Amino acid sequence: MNQIAVISGKGGTGKSSISAAFASLGTNVVVADCDVDAANLYLLFDPSVEEEHVYVAGHKAVIDYTRCTTCGLCTGYCRFDAISEKDGRIVINEISCDGCFLCSRICPEKAISMVPNDKSRYYSGSFRNGKMVYGRLAPGEENSGKLVNLVRELAGKTAEECGSDTIILDGPPGIGCPVISTITGVDQVLIVTEPTMSGLSDLGRAADIALRFGLTPSVIVNKSDLNTDMTEEIVKWCGEKNITVQGILPFDRKVVEAMVMGRTITEYEPESRVSIEIKKIWNNIFKVKSHE
Amino acid sequence: MIKIAVASGKGGTGKTFVATNLFRALTENNTAALLVDCDAEAPNAAAFFNTVRTESADVTHLVPVIDTELCTFCGKCHEYCSYNAIFILPPAKVIKVIEDLCHGCGACTEACSFGAVTEKPVRLGTVSVYNNNPMAPVIEARMDVGVMSPVPVIKAAIKKARNGKEVAILDSPPGTSCPFIQTVATADFVVLVTEPTPFGLSDLRQSVDTLRSMGIASGVIINRAGLGNGRMHDYLKENSIPLLMEIPFDETIARVYSEGKLLADTDHSYRKRFTDLYTRINALIRKS
Repeated sequence: MNQIAVISGKGGTGKSSISAAFASLGTNVVVADCDVDAANLYLLFDPSVEEEHVYVAGHKAVIDYTRCTTCGLCTGYCRFDAISEKDGRIVINEISCDGCFLCSRICPEKAISMVPNDKSRYYSGSFRNGKMVYGRLAPGEENSGKLVNLVRELAGKTAEECGSDTIILDGPPGIGCPVISTITGVDQVLIVTEPTMSGLSDLGRAADIALRFGLTPSVIVNKSDLNTDMTEEIVKWCGEKNITVQGILPFDRKVVEAMVMGRTITEYEPESRVSIEIKKIWNNIFKVKSHE
Repeated sequence: MIKIAVASGKGGTGKTFVATNLFRALTENNTAALLVDCDAEAPNAAAFFNTVRTESADVTHLVPVIDTELCTFCGKCHEYCSYNAIFILPPAKVIKVIEDLCHGCGACTEACSFGAVTEKPVRLGTVSVYNNNPMAPVIEARMDVGVMSPVPVIKAAIKKARNGKEVAILDSPPGTSCPFIQTVATADFVVLVTEPTPFGLSDLRQSVDTLRSMGIASGVIINRAGLGNGRMHDYLKENSIPLLMEIPFDETIARVYSEGKLLADTDHSYRKRFTDLYTRINALIRKS
């Protein structure tokens, strides 16, 4: 099994467009949209829904006012500033509640219960080049790292069932828990960056997180001609860090046109420079793997 | 003080671009403003201002330390932990804290009747103040690499912003999950920056639905206008969402940003547009 995670640190560098192009170059691949907070690949692949699962994203505390005596004990215990007294009533701030259960355990009146957040879902289905697994975190819910783990488990199971040996993981932006869940145990991490000051700064943080988990990342510089000096600087930075630059892609409006048409760039404009570069990178990734 | 959060579902649509330019336009116009970079996983705002860090404080939380001499391996702390951060094998007398999973809630300390659990602070990140120009202070939330959640650092940065300026601009993290919610929850108005592409629209819908369910007023800026298709305008009209500004896709703008410069400095017509944006937002806040 070859698992490739595509991440970026900074958002909007082209992770999803590039992962989608990879997925459409393969045959019988499994693609997992791990950006459960802003899932987009379904727009290009329009997958069927073959399995639907409920994901419980932690719990929230709820007060039963027929029991609450407003003793205020819980307000002192909560470390997330989620419980306060307002106008003679104990109030829980749902946004700050972390779902730790402590208030419900210490309440002498048993007036606090914990309600599961069960609005998030994850799915598996088929698309034109194989199978797709994706999660949808309900707005405002947390623990998306756990949902990413479930998406990956389902992707692994799906790959086994359909005899696929390639899983492409489209990761979320940032470097937090969902990103860590996306890269843990994969074979390769690709970081997609762009030639901006922010792009370079976030590339550094994304590379750090990969290295911390024992993975040597490689890099794609996307939209490189928007600032060629900055592209050079990124390539130089990668050289100093011993990080392979897999490819340098030009900016091309056709990538957005393809998205509007519900196609990947390699499907929509296979002979464009971007597509040719992406195919080269894809072949290269496979060659590296088959030598191991 | 009014708080304006600049957010987007999709990453990379231009949140930081809008937040930094709006901030510059305001401070150049002698409006007492401060900028809070709440994108603690990828903080980039401070780098756009020629500024130096004047203050920095660690954000920590308390994680348990278990004294195995006092521990009876009863397992109650493990049972109290909602995050699977305590690993216990009673027959082998093994108990371990997995610090990366700990949220610092203190439930295990409360659970232990034998005094075996004490606590120590562990660093999650920093909140820094860049205040060499007191007319334009920048506060930055920065999560440490390897930490799971940026939320405690974001909370600490927003707390720090409680001082007597007229307006605080909050540069939000992307998405609609808890880091976003934590940032926008205290805002009087949210500016959603999007791009007119299918990905942009899909993520914008989710942001709009979330903010509506929270009862927070919002408006939209379309960045890179001219790319993609016209669906975005239809969506805004159908849902009566104010279109605050359109910024065309323009290689000059992209280049200015990529070099770490501010469009409000290099093109004064944009300084005026960002000042007008603030006037418009103020009117919308008064109306809501």
